[in-house]
Amino acid sequence: MLGPSTAWYLGVSAFLFGTGALGVLIRRNPLIVLLSLEIMLNGANLALIAFSRHASNGAGQIFALAVMAVAASEVCVGLGLVVAIHRRRLALDVDRFSELRG
Amino acid sequence: MSLLAAYSAGGALVWIVWVVAGFACIASGVAVVSFSNPFFAALALIGNLGSLAVLYLLLSAEFVAAAQVLVYAGAVMVMFLFVIAYVGPRTEAPWSGGPRWQTVAAVLAAAAIFLEIIVVIGLKAGGKLAHSDHVNATFGSPGWIGRLFLTDHLLAFEITSIVLLIAAVGGVILGSHTRRSQQEEASTPA
Repeated sequence: MLGPSTAWYLGVSAFLFGTGALGVLIRRNPLIVLLSLEIMLNGANLALIAFSRHASNGAGQIFALAVMAVAASEVCVGLGLVVAIHRRRLALDVDRFSELRG
Repeated sequence: MSLLAAYSAGGALVWIVWVVAGFACIASGVAVVSFSNPFFAALALIGNLGSLAVLYLLLSAEFVAAAQVLVYAGAVMVMFLFVIAYVGPRTEAPWSGGPRWQTVAAVLAAAAIFLEIIVVIGLKAGGKLAHSDHVNATFGSPGWIGRLFLTDHLLAFEITSIVLLIAAVGGVILGSHTRRSQQEEASTPA
């Protein structure tokens, strides 16, 4: 077999997902939270594509492309929110946006 | 060079490319989370996406790799960089926010997620994950993906287009700057 097996790719994917989760949890700047979210989505994408290759099945790649489209939508709305927050002269700090907390 | 030697040399080459791309992927992912300046974090994410595209190529997902570079590293990250430039580079130390127990709990939670996945892979699937050598020559090619999208996964394709349309409308509504919202902002205490 050529190259590393699927488990190696899954290890990288798990590390990326954990790193992204850490960034989402500890960072306060909403822009960096969005960037960390992208890392989490890409970790999931890598697992999908590795399993797609493992099973020789195209559904994983289709799913990965759908995830990319959803990520683009999420960035569109998220950056719109960041710009709207900046326009209102509010601080870009996720801990301050707690008005919707129950 | 005999056929067997060529085969093993190709395997070594794949391993080398995998190690370089995987290391770049992990290092740039850590860099995104630990850089204090969001501009540099975004640039590190572009590197992360590029090295992920190399991994996709090794998994013979050619179309996804190309779409990754074009859509993600191209369009999405340019939008990110524009917004970061618009908002202004405000730096913050990565470990600064919140009380200390929150940071510790976040590190523990992330490490737990990582270890759980690794343990599951190692315990349950370790021996079964050697991928098959032979895939079709068309596996992952644009034509093959397009045929899948228009036959087996037509509903997913259409729903994706609707999701993108709704997100675009939402972005326009969030970004629209009317006279009324300007007055509201003027009356809002800074």
